[in-house]
Amino acid sequence: MTTTAQGPEREVRELDRVTIRFAGDSGDGMQLTGTQFTRTAAVFGNDISTFPDYPAEIRAPAGSLPGVSGFQISFSALDIHTPGDAPDVLVAMNPAALKANLVDLPAGGAIIVNSDAFTKANLSKAAYAANPLEDDSLKAYKLFRVPISTLNAAALEGLEMTGKQIDLTKNFFALGLMFWLYERSMEPTLRWIDEKFGSRPVIAEANRRALRAGYAFGDTTEMFHETYRVPKAKLPPGTYRNITGNEATALGFLAAAHAAKRPLFYGSYPITPASDILHQLSAYKSFGVKSFQAEDEIAAMGATIGAAYGGALALTGTSGPGVALKTEAIGLAVMTELPVVIVNVQRAGPSTGLPTKVEQADLFQAIFGRNGEAPLPVVAPATPGECFSMAIEASRLALKYMTPVMYLSDAFVGNGAEPWRVPSPDELPDISVPNSVKEDGPYLPYARDPETLSRPWAVPGTPGLEHRIGGLEKLNGLGTVSYDADNHHLMTKLRHDKVAGIANDIPDLEVFGPERGDLLILGWGSTYGALRSATERLQAEGKSVAHAHLRHLFPFPKNTGDVVRSYKTVLIPELNLGQLWFVIRGTYLVDALAYGRVRGKPFRISEIVDEANRLLAERS
Amino acid sequence: MTDMLTPAEPTKLTRKDFVAEQEVRWCPGCGDYSILAQTQKVMPDFGVPKENIVFISGIGCSGRLPYYMNTYGFHSIHGRAPTLATGLKIARPELMIWVATGDGDALSIGGNHFLHSMRRNVDFTMVMHNNRIYGLTKGQTSPTSEFGKRTKSTPMGSVDRPVMPLTLALAAEATFVARTVDTHTEHMQQTLEAAGRHRGASYVEVLQNCNIFNDGAWREFTERDVRDDRMLVLEHGKPLIFGKDRNKGIRLRGLHPEVVTIGEDGVTEADLAVHDQYAEDPYLALILSRMFWPEFPVPVGILREVDRPTYSDLVDAQIEQAIAKSGPGDLAKALLAGETWTVE
Repeated sequence: MTTTAQGPEREVRELDRVTIRFAGDSGDGMQLTGTQFTRTAAVFGNDISTFPDYPAEIRAPAGSLPGVSGFQISFSALDIHTPGDAPDVLVAMNPAALKANLVDLPAGGAIIVNSDAFTKANLSKAAYAANPLEDDSLKAYKLFRVPISTLNAAALEGLEMTGKQIDLTKNFFALGLMFWLYERSMEPTLRWIDEKFGSRPVIAEANRRALRAGYAFGDTTEMFHETYRVPKAKLPPGTYRNITGNEATALGFLAAAHAAKRPLFYGSYPITPASDILHQLSAYKSFGVKSFQAEDEIAAMGATIGAAYGGALALTGTSGPGVALKTEAIGLAVMTELPVVIVNVQRAGPSTGLPTKVEQADLFQAIFGRNGEAPLPVVAPATPGECFSMAIEASRLALKYMTPVMYLSDAFVGNGAEPWRVPSPDELPDISVPNSVKEDGPYLPYARDPETLSRPWAVPGTPGLEHRIGGLEKLNGLGTVSYDADNHHLMTKLRHDKVAGIANDIPDLEVFGPERGDLLILGWGSTYGALRSATERLQAEGKSVAHAHLRHLFPFPKNTGDVVRSYKTVLIPELNLGQLWFVIRGTYLVDALAYGRVRGKPFRISEIVDEANRLLAERS
Repeated sequence: MTDMLTPAEPTKLTRKDFVAEQEVRWCPGCGDYSILAQTQKVMPDFGVPKENIVFISGIGCSGRLPYYMNTYGFHSIHGRAPTLATGLKIARPELMIWVATGDGDALSIGGNHFLHSMRRNVDFTMVMHNNRIYGLTKGQTSPTSEFGKRTKSTPMGSVDRPVMPLTLALAAEATFVARTVDTHTEHMQQTLEAAGRHRGASYVEVLQNCNIFNDGAWREFTERDVRDDRMLVLEHGKPLIFGKDRNKGIRLRGLHPEVVTIGEDGVTEADLAVHDQYAEDPYLALILSRMFWPEFPVPVGILREVDRPTYSDLVDAQIEQAIAKSGPGDLAKALLAGETWTVE
């Protein structure tokens, strides 16, 4: 950290990493504020990681604790993996936002509040007996009281707007202030305002003024004694963009269809937190993408199977409760051996659960959740950017092995963002597979490729290949209905072996750290960032700790057994009560330990470090 | 888009071309045999190559029909056939799709898909075998079973009120709605042929006899000796006349139909309602859909046939419009959407 002088009054402090949390009412535009800061930091060249955290209600009662919406962004000069355990700065637009978020702010952290919002009514809605800005309760923090509403209203004077409209722009005042504090350009946001509000000049002007007023306030007030600079991160060369997991998922499937040389079909029913994927794919009409908003989850799955039968790269997207409804039809896709991808952006369950919050508790559902012996491959992206490549991988497996594939994302990886090196279309793998054509002899819809055990794909419209498939057991080869006992055993084995054989066609499980040692931290999905950061920290302390992260959950990579047997202790942290843990123990007979938390939030790095240290101490 | 009804080279197929090798396994005497036979018989008339025809079914005795058709076929799961048909039609608009279903499959477990596939006007023909019973599960009450019906699951009589399938299809905005009877083979052929030629969601209810679990469900008005007096054969543009002596008819008093006798009380043919299957408004069709034995003769034939853009036509038109506006999609551009920056 260096300190440089900037004029007589203020210092500029250079930091490796800063974490800001914007918090306000769900109608205060905190998600937008956070997204704008993210874009600006990303375009500047920082590494970034974000955690949008919003309530399920669109507009919970204004000023109430359940209505608090937050957006945490960590931006850094280093390669970072998480949006930060705790914010350095909390921007609180009202008392409820302060109360709900203060618990995460470490002592010494900065709080910037909209002091205008600390009215008697708002304090009472947040269950504050006394105004925390006026007693000693915040003395452990650096508190900045900014009358944001008043200052913002003054800046917008003369514009033909209602008081309510003016109030809606105060988030941009706060954003402008943060841009000033962290030496960020306002340009990307000003451009965004032009694009977004071009047809509404008054609203555009109001947002520009609010942003500039916040920036100017920082510059002129004597409240702040220093500003901060977070230099560019050293990312691998390339062209980058900021991307969320859901965006990368949609783009990944668009690219997969290109790589498979097939039209893309997406059948879906709206559900949080997966609907973004439906929205994005629905906007790709000029690519010939056919998106279908079905009448329910079951219809979405049925239509997806119908489209796959017709030769499309067909997928459906949902969250856990939706997968529950699709389950019978997924079994049909297993039986008919048709290539479909089921995207599950997991959220906290069971039942409706916590619709906007993260959890990884659908792994059992993905691997086991069907009647009968119904195996299917399960993959899970670890980071927002990786959603792109895993979408292509899920499509590759579906097409090559003629099987439904479960793609397990979650609310954290789906909504979170990071810089993403944009690939060129020529970098995409060729994942195309041929349709069957008429050859001599009777057509055998269940004849199998000797290597993959995959069956041929005869799409309607192909002369001479008329055949019937369905949910009843099929005679091996000929594919007619068969109730024969031995045939059922054979077909069940074939379906099993086909999916199990995928282990030979996926990369080995990579280990970060020593190949043998005291502790292996094994994880999957969106916990990647916390587990990797915790491992780095433990390694820096000189501990013998490695991290391995599974992208293929069923079947596992071939070397998984060797990896988990190479450490004295295997710790499996998950945002569930031990689902991967159960499968790893069952598969490899290793005495792995679970660390499960289901709080609707991602792991903090520190809790993983603490748990690892506790185990290392206990077992040494 | 190719017009599926006029192939480049007319194929001259016969009924036999549509008979699959699979042995038919319905109970002897089942009405489904007739539905299969009439379906196979009319199939060559469409001139569609058989590789472009797909039969999709759900669960129930009707679900077996695709196995017996030498076309592409998909025996799916209970109630979901319309969903597969919808996805397939969106992906492959040039295919001719038939959905074989039953009263339990379409109206109970698949009721939601029935509603939505009809209102979307997905271009397929749904043929619903209505035997007023669950046959494959051996005799439980179905959504079309009469109130009070005693079945294995309703030993003291069903307390469910039955649904009226044609009313439901009309309410769901099906653009082709018709009824026929398993034993009226020629009528069924005409009806299936008209349904197959209709572009859009076509719904055909076939009154079908399950001789094992609900024998004679429709006998009271479908038997040869009584049917002329107890059924009303709809013909477009013709007055609603029925009866062996062609002297009975339906007159409308306001919204209420009534049975009248021509020549009695001064009633003439001019007093009778005239069938208009192409009417834009569905009112007459809705009245007909509610008429049933014994209060009324049971209408058979086409209740409604209107021309509306099909679902896949509209989907494809939006794609063409998007391409016309901004050119075919460019993946490289989509990947680079939003703001980008370069790291050297």
